[in-house]
Amino acid sequence: MEILGLLGDGMLLAVQPLNLALILVGVTLGLFIGAMPGLGSVNGVAILLPITFLVPPGSAIIFLAAIYYGAMYGGAISSITLGIPGASTAVATTFDGRPLALRGRASLALVTAAIASFIGGSVANILFTAFAPLLAAVALSFGPPEIFALMLLAFATFVGLGGDDIPKTIFSICLGLVLAAVGFDQISGAPRLVFFDITGFLQGINFLVLAIGVYGIGEMLWTIETTRGKVTTSEAKMSVKGIVNDSKEGMKRGWKGTTIGSFLGFFVGILPAAGATPGSLMAYGVAKMVSKNPKEFGQGHPGGVAAPEAANNSASTGSMLPMLTLGIPGSPTTAILLGGMVIWGLTPGPRLFVEQSEFVWGLIGSFYVSNVAALVINLAFIPLFIWMLRMPFTVLAPLIFVLSIVGGYAATKDMHDVWLMVLFGLSAFFLRKFDYPLAPAVLAIVLGPIAEPTLRQSLLLSSGDPSIFFTRPIAGPITVIAIILLFLPLINLVRRRMREGNAAG
Amino acid sequence: MIFGRRSFTAMIGAAAFAFAQAPGQAAAFEPTKPIDFVIMAGAGGGADQIARFIQSVAEQKDLMPRPLIPNNKGGGSGAEALIALQGASDADHTILVTLNSFFTTPLRQTNLGIDIQTFTPVAMMGVDPFVLWVHKDSGITTFEEWVDAVKAADGEYVMGGTGKGQEDSLVITFMEQAFDLRIKYIPYDGGGAVAKDLAGKQIMASVNNPAEAKGFFAAGDFVPLLSFSDERMAGFPDVPTMKEKGHDFSYYNQRAVVGAPGMSDEAAAYYQSMFETIYNSEEWQGYMTSESLDPLWMDAGAQKEYWNTQVERHKELLAAMGE
Repeated sequence: MEILGLLGDGMLLAVQPLNLALILVGVTLGLFIGAMPGLGSVNGVAILLPITFLVPPGSAIIFLAAIYYGAMYGGAISSITLGIPGASTAVATTFDGRPLALRGRASLALVTAAIASFIGGSVANILFTAFAPLLAAVALSFGPPEIFALMLLAFATFVGLGGDDIPKTIFSICLGLVLAAVGFDQISGAPRLVFFDITGFLQGINFLVLAIGVYGIGEMLWTIETTRGKVTTSEAKMSVKGIVNDSKEGMKRGWKGTTIGSFLGFFVGILPAAGATPGSLMAYGVAKMVSKNPKEFGQGHPGGVAAPEAANNSASTGSMLPMLTLGIPGSPTTAILLGGMVIWGLTPGPRLFVEQSEFVWGLIGSFYVSNVAALVINLAFIPLFIWMLRMPFTVLAPLIFVLSIVGGYAATKDMHDVWLMVLFGLSAFFLRKFDYPLAPAVLAIVLGPIAEPTLRQSLLLSSGDPSIFFTRPIAGPITVIAIILLFLPLINLVRRRMREGNAAG
Repeated sequence: MIFGRRSFTAMIGAAAFAFAQAPGQAAAFEPTKPIDFVIMAGAGGGADQIARFIQSVAEQKDLMPRPLIPNNKGGGSGAEALIALQGASDADHTILVTLNSFFTTPLRQTNLGIDIQTFTPVAMMGVDPFVLWVHKDSGITTFEEWVDAVKAADGEYVMGGTGKGQEDSLVITFMEQAFDLRIKYIPYDGGGAVAKDLAGKQIMASVNNPAEAKGFFAAGDFVPLLSFSDERMAGFPDVPTMKEKGHDFSYYNQRAVVGAPGMSDEAAAYYQSMFETIYNSEEWQGYMTSESLDPLWMDAGAQKEYWNTQVERHKELLAAMGE
């Protein structure tokens, strides 16, 4: 019960007037930073870091964590309403959030996203509070072979989904992997796939640029073609009753996705190097796999919104764990928070919980407070976002286009990325016309840069022997499950043939 | 010439005005827009921490009229950052936080066409020593025991580092050659990731900067065996140096700031004096002590000379490595 006492003290600290004010401001700022395409929690935290020197370190990190938290909620907003991923962590939210909005169910998607985020955040907070030291040990037991096995599992969940065209899915994954290999090789430092010697390719292909191209511009072109500009505008009115009904429906159909996202997201979040983006994509894949109606995913299933949204909030809390206990950032945003802690004179690492107990528990307490604040603030703003959707598509389409261009430029401030984004948008449109699923390519470009070095590191460890993925106690089972999932469609096909054969015979 | 009289006078006036202005402006360069503060490494590593610390000192002391905007470009062992500096559209507002890859990357990748002598020296902020670490569970407590353990492993002793040709790999190659060792070297994307995998016992030893290993050392997980500094480090008085082991070898990572090639003399003078202020600040001096950096101030001239000696030294080290 000692933990509850510490948590209680932490929460009291978090609701002190200064800290509470910082939480409210931070969450609101984060919500809008997350909702702006191209600006994510990384930018928000980096831009506002210097401001935090004005307050004590405990309050400073609470403020930055609140921005991080708010941005996880906010990312969903433009993903759903405009189809442009607000942040890389919310890319998976566009898969089903956008179709829901096009069918006039934007409020259902937004409410589901908010509630799933809240649940994901709550689950992560409880796990964090109760098991932090134990989970830190789990994170350490994941070496290169384990992380590669996990990446394999993530790819398998996307390939092994029944329904989609499997060769096309594999093509899409390979395309993503090739794009992920562009730029400097992480291990040898040699430049790879620098097309036409354009120096812009040296830094690789920014994931957000691809995502905004594919989902912002590609989606806009697609909508224009399929609807000839006559898009169903969302229901005009928003009421408390509407929100209650939407939350009921969202949770009824999205509880599985929420549960998967909450736990999977947290687990992926605590692994250094991964972070919330892979967590949300993996949660989407698994939610689709276990769903009774996997075919509805991608067409506007609330579970497809709930899973990534629960996962990205859960992962953002999870990624704080390796930062605080090991001094290793679990995501790009926590890398900046870590820099902040060094500046404030704190040494993250195994001793932090003992030596800076008040700082750590104040921060953990603030997670709970931020989570509630983010839910309330987010729900309060939903009518505003719905109102945006009432604009005719002829007005909205140019707006999406402009926001996409600005978002693509904001990420790296390089015109090269803007042209690349337009190219990706056009390619995505044509690939979609030929029924190529795009989500696997997006997954591959996120996971490729994690999978490739870990594969090479593992093989260096084993002197080139691939059995390393089967013989290690954690990597082994994960690899086996991944392989089974990968071949599941094939097994199903054989079984169906046999059954048909029997029926005919 | 069909100048109207009035426009002619106006031109003279403008020219005179420009003349009067130009030297005045030149003497007192001030940044007119945010400064692109490029970091030659990814977020969270040693160089990144230093850059953000410097940014915070500049911010707190209100040293600059425009902010420093940290910009991580760690790709290709820093090649990405060097290319960004070389092609900087505004040389007077682009500066770089460097590591030793400032010397090694142009040597290893000659096709990038980078000549570091064209870069503008700004300040040497200190040097970061390297230490050989093992996990406490290995039971190894001295360098001699470690050498025996590596020999006993017969080529299966695993160490992590930030990549072949990078700072730590040069140190490891030196040990391999000096003590006749065979080590399996696993590259990672940063010193932080290396330390984490040593803590998780995925690798058996590492050559990390003290700042990267500090947390695990404080918790008692890491045991320092040997430092590669010239003298014993103040923070680790019981840890012997390589020199004590009879090899005249020391190795440090430079923590220096340089300006883009083609930076105007006035802008260079501005940044040089600003970083001198930061170097002498209580905050930076305190940071160097707590993160075990060795103080080493150099002005621009000394820095250029230092570059020459370092380039020669790294040529030798890389050649020894077989690069």
